[in-house]
Amino acid sequence: MNARPRVGLLVTCLADMFRPEIGFAAVKLLELAGCEVEVPTQSCCGQPAYNAGDEKDAAALARQMIATFEPFDYVVVPSGSCGGMVKVHYPRLLKDDAVWGPRAERLAAKTHELLSFLVNVRGLKSIAAICKGRAAYHDSCSSLREMGSGPEPRLLLKSVQGLDVHDLTEKETCCGFGGFFSVKYPEVSARMADDKIADAKATGADMILAGDLGCLLHLAGRLSRQGGKIRVRHAAEVLAGMADGPAIGEDPA
Amino acid sequence: MTTDARNFPQAARAALRNERLQGALTHLKEGFQLKRAAAFAAYPIPFENLREQGRAIRDSALSQLDTLLLQFEAQVQAAGGHVHWARDAAEGREIITRILKDSGAKTVTKGKSMVTEEIELNPHLAANGITPIETDLGEYIIQLRNERPSHIVAPAFHLRRSDVEESFRKAHEALPPARLLDDRPALVAEARAVLRRHFEAADAGITGANFLVAETGTAIIVTNEGNGDLTRLLPRTHIVVTGIEKIVPQLADASILLRLLTRSATGQEITSYVSFMSGPKRANDADGPQNFHVVLLDNGRSGLLGSPAQEVLQCIRCGACMNHCPVYGAIGGHAYGATYPGPLGAALDPGLDGLAKTYDLPNASSFCGRCETVCPVKIPLTRIMRHWRNQAFSRGIPSSSFGTGLKLWAWVARRPRLYQMGTGVAARMLRLLAGAQPRLRSLPMLSGWFTARDLAKPAAASFQSEWRKRRGNCKP
Repeated sequence: MNARPRVGLLVTCLADMFRPEIGFAAVKLLELAGCEVEVPTQSCCGQPAYNAGDEKDAAALARQMIATFEPFDYVVVPSGSCGGMVKVHYPRLLKDDAVWGPRAERLAAKTHELLSFLVNVRGLKSIAAICKGRAAYHDSCSSLREMGSGPEPRLLLKSVQGLDVHDLTEKETCCGFGGFFSVKYPEVSARMADDKIADAKATGADMILAGDLGCLLHLAGRLSRQGGKIRVRHAAEVLAGMADGPAIGEDPA
Repeated sequence: MTTDARNFPQAARAALRNERLQGALTHLKEGFQLKRAAAFAAYPIPFENLREQGRAIRDSALSQLDTLLLQFEAQVQAAGGHVHWARDAAEGREIITRILKDSGAKTVTKGKSMVTEEIELNPHLAANGITPIETDLGEYIIQLRNERPSHIVAPAFHLRRSDVEESFRKAHEALPPARLLDDRPALVAEARAVLRRHFEAADAGITGANFLVAETGTAIIVTNEGNGDLTRLLPRTHIVVTGIEKIVPQLADASILLRLLTRSATGQEITSYVSFMSGPKRANDADGPQNFHVVLLDNGRSGLLGSPAQEVLQCIRCGACMNHCPVYGAIGGHAYGATYPGPLGAALDPGLDGLAKTYDLPNASSFCGRCETVCPVKIPLTRIMRHWRNQAFSRGIPSSSFGTGLKLWAWVARRPRLYQMGTGVAARMLRLLAGAQPRLRSLPMLSGWFTARDLAKPAAASFQSEWRKRRGNCKP
């Protein structure tokens, strides 16, 4: 492996459209960790089709992503959900394909969720960032269960100067986003968000941090209805020292 | 309460507003989750190792299901019992009714059995002049209330103590109205006294089975109240009703599975009673039924063998998946409108009742995967739910317009530059609609999202377009 590995950033549709800050924060952190970052022109990992039962289109999008990202030493994703799609589900989706199956396996092996990549692959143990506040960290289900990322974001966030990081009591419980689930069963999804928000409030947090924009848009949208004061950000923004601007769903200053 | 899974969205909304239910659901954590966790923490073998053994046993049993079932049948017959094969629910009901009628049974006590719920046995018995009396306390309570179980282990989980008191006062008219029924021991004592008379009078007893052991022809049940033994031992006739998938090769296999079952279900090392039933009363037995029947129900199960949903047949009905499911935790069991609620039902019900009726169940999951982390036999529940979603999509359920929209989106997404343009247009439109506001508050086209929450306004420029501007090293 090169001293300066080439990393392909899979930015995710949501971050691309709603929160470019996450992409730039990821680039900053990856460069800080000694990586050369490139952003190939990309669309979607195919998860919406895959979760809706449209495996044919999901497989077509998977093949496209594999072709786009296989030249890189690593694929890094600032989302456990889209990362899990590549790492866990591409090999399953293409397992019967003699050509693409092995390529999916090879891509999966070098695909990482951003925060665990920084810690486990690049050996980052702390970060020189400042952010005043009390944060509740929310583990997205796919970060936790598909990407095995749990201790890494906490390790890095705890090194941020001025930041007090707390676990949620029900940290293994879903926030209720779940892609199509959130629009098909909005009331159930909202209840799950309310439970998560109540859990965060109980920690005294003024900020919810997570590694997945899906969860964050959902929680921020719910918080907006409740009129609370809790702000919502991707953990990478805080780690990259980019938490000065408006939080998710806030007015630009 | 509805019992039709087609009403799931409405039933789920109603459940969220049902205060009594919501109060009950707050007990999932201390009632089930913490007890389960403590039980496995105290066990010398790590859960992961134990459940891998459990998975292997169930997998091996399913791979030789036909021969094991025939072996079981031969053993039961050798012991003087009878085995009946029921293709579907109707056949199951008919077989059981015929056995009861042939033996002249008028009243029948019942141990807890989800399979008899699945085949809706009780109304059928009543229509044939046979009175079924549920003897599991939870089942007895919901029978009095004419409800269905809301949980496969704790059927009356959705009720409060005061609901039970109310039902008892209404049903047990002969007892003094002034009696105190304000705590659990009083309720249990009353149920025990009432049920005792039924146990003594019953002509037949029906139980389920947690496991069937092929080598010995034994049906096993676990109970905590002793009602199972009174149901199976006192009457002349005992009928075991269960699904064909409950078979295991040997007693030693059942022993491993029992360790997993009771810990996963109630956090117990073992239940108060574990009963092994291997045929009618023998000459030297102190007690037991004269007639012993086992009714083995297929009802869609054999159709799952060899399919991507086969592993759901490994299930040992502990309920851990629903106890840890955030959706079950929000809406309880009745809203599912099917025999088996929660993640188990989402994986199994479409195989039993068909997708047209159960479309919502495998969809009403955020795919959080917590159920899979607690399943004692490692069923890939979300993968099986995904299989049902694939089946539904390829058959145009729920609507072909959803499919057409998705196909169009995917067609665009396969052209990344076009996709960039498309999302750019969408972002501009959303920003236009938001105006000066940082968030959108409603949008008829996206009512599903806005029913529950606001939406942050998209960025003025996408990451990829900004990146190209700043770095210009974007490769095609």
